[in-house]
Amino acid sequence: MADKIVTANRLNDGLVVYLNGAGWSERIEDARIAGDDAAADGLLAEAEGQGQEIRVVEPYLIEVALEGAGPRPVSYREAIRAKGPTVRLDLGKQADFA
Amino acid sequence: MYRYDEFDHTLVRERVAQFRGQVARRLSGELSEEEFKPLRLMNGLYLQLHAYMLRVAIPYGTFSARQMRTLADIARRYDKGYGHFTTRQNIQYNWPRLDRVPDLLDELAGVEMHALQTSGNCIRNVTADHYAGVAAEEIEDPRIYAELIRQWSSLHPEFSFLPRKFKIAVTGSPHDRAAVKVHDIGLQMCRDEDGAPGFAVLVGGGLGRSPFVAKKIREFLPKRHLLSYLEAILRVYNQLGRRDNKYKARIKILVHELGAEAFTELVEAEWAELKDGTIELPAEEVARIQSYFAPPPYEVFSSATLETQNREFEVRRFEDRGFARWVRSNVAAHKAPGYAIANISLKPQGGVPGDITAEQMDLVAELAERFGFGEIRASHQQNLLLPDVKRADLFALWQALERHGLASPNIGLVADIIACPGLDYCTLANARAIPVAQAISERFADPARQHAIGELGIKISGCINACGHHHVGQIGILGVDKKGVEFYQITLGGAADENAALGKIIGPAFGYDQVVDAVETIVDTYLEIRADDETFNQTLTRVGFAPFKEKLYTKGPQ
Repeated sequence: MADKIVTANRLNDGLVVYLNGAGWSERIEDARIAGDDAAADGLLAEAEGQGQEIRVVEPYLIEVALEGAGPRPVSYREAIRAKGPTVRLDLGKQADFA
Repeated sequence: MYRYDEFDHTLVRERVAQFRGQVARRLSGELSEEEFKPLRLMNGLYLQLHAYMLRVAIPYGTFSARQMRTLADIARRYDKGYGHFTTRQNIQYNWPRLDRVPDLLDELAGVEMHALQTSGNCIRNVTADHYAGVAAEEIEDPRIYAELIRQWSSLHPEFSFLPRKFKIAVTGSPHDRAAVKVHDIGLQMCRDEDGAPGFAVLVGGGLGRSPFVAKKIREFLPKRHLLSYLEAILRVYNQLGRRDNKYKARIKILVHELGAEAFTELVEAEWAELKDGTIELPAEEVARIQSYFAPPPYEVFSSATLETQNREFEVRRFEDRGFARWVRSNVAAHKAPGYAIANISLKPQGGVPGDITAEQMDLVAELAERFGFGEIRASHQQNLLLPDVKRADLFALWQALERHGLASPNIGLVADIIACPGLDYCTLANARAIPVAQAISERFADPARQHAIGELGIKISGCINACGHHHVGQIGILGVDKKGVEFYQITLGGAADENAALGKIIGPAFGYDQVVDAVETIVDTYLEIRADDETFNQTLTRVGFAPFKEKLYTKGPQ
């Protein structure tokens, strides 16, 4: 199984977040990684658990490739979600965390 | 333009207060996402790829300088300094926070605007010809009827939970600039044999994964029966439209599956019950609405003055090639002598189609007041226009627009591309649309080349939902995902006007790095073989697809 992480949109502002050790982070580098099905199921269950519905909207698992800088989404859509619009490099995380 | 009365103000304010309560209960967890989502959508708020997206209604594309200033202010204080004009004459903000949206909506309410019913399974913003009220060939201003339909459809208790979204467009001119034939209901003003104005009623048009050109179900409908007839159509749809399959739920599917004749019989039978009843338009109410659309106080120029103005105008055009080019593509004839319609392109070279900064919005507001009566229009082609500019002021207007990157002389030309937000913003998208539009815009940057090509509509959608109207582009481009890689399918021969037609796929799709070359090949082929002043579609009809396919696929697509 490919490595996976959990992502969602934050409820109050809609921004993309990733489940990390302490809760949710806007940085994909902070995401907690699941290396097998059981771990992935566990992450998703935690993301959907008690109290999460007032933090995030509709969490789901995505596949990532592990690289030096951290997890990189395998799908192009999630790569765009992780950075921001490709046509406005001054917007989104690519600008916020530059 | 229409002004809210006390009922309108109350309705919008109450809805904002209601939504404020709903947002609070969602944030506290009292409402689940499943419960909240339909409420959120009915208030025009989506959750997209990067953030929430709010779609603000601009009824039939008409708004004021004051409203534009508020839209600019909202862009600055609630968003990231810009907005996006859409293919339904609305404006979208891509980064609002849910917890601030109620405040945002309150500010909109303060200038008689809202985001009601810009999403959800309800009747959406009614769109109209963006030249309404000023086009020389118009039978009657369609906005009067668009406003009546808006009021009838807002919070309609019977039609707030339709099988799917519902879109209505109205045109008052024989030349259709509102794409009525690809709407759920299209209303085309016409005259009966006595010359009385009324509507041809078209139903079942639409784009998306199952595109259809609408069927005419009634040749002529007297104006006074407009709402009762629409009610009859909506009742038939509400009752029989599919609710088991989201992709088969639009009225176009119902019309297609029943057949236009059977569908019409059902509508006429329903209408027989409603006709001449309480929903008929009272003449006084029509007159009241009509008064809001009375022509503004145009200056009446003497023939001598008009002659002088014209001479000066022609001198300006002769002396300044840039101005001449802008006039040629961006200025349209006005019904009042001495006036003109000035289109403002939101398609600068290499720019994001339809996007506008807060500063540009403020400028357009100022220009609308300086060079008109404070009115602005949004077209479904993602551009703006000032409807009442004195011809004598066109040069000064152009200079002001030019200084702020709003004078691209490309309305209706190859660089006036319609593109949906695509995978850069939208959760539904499979591929990016904007960078393809930008690359095409750069490739055809030379204004002289654009004008030599003439009118040619390129429309790009990032998925089959076709928000970029690719089915009705002369050159349509549909982004698809093939095993995680963006590819682009090209269609040719579409049209959105009174000769509405759906484009046909030309052949295998092109990769992201090939699609712009492919578009250029198509355009160059057209230029090589067009006869006289043939439009692209006329050439295509004459010669067929073969010459284009030969040029495109001799090397083989990726």
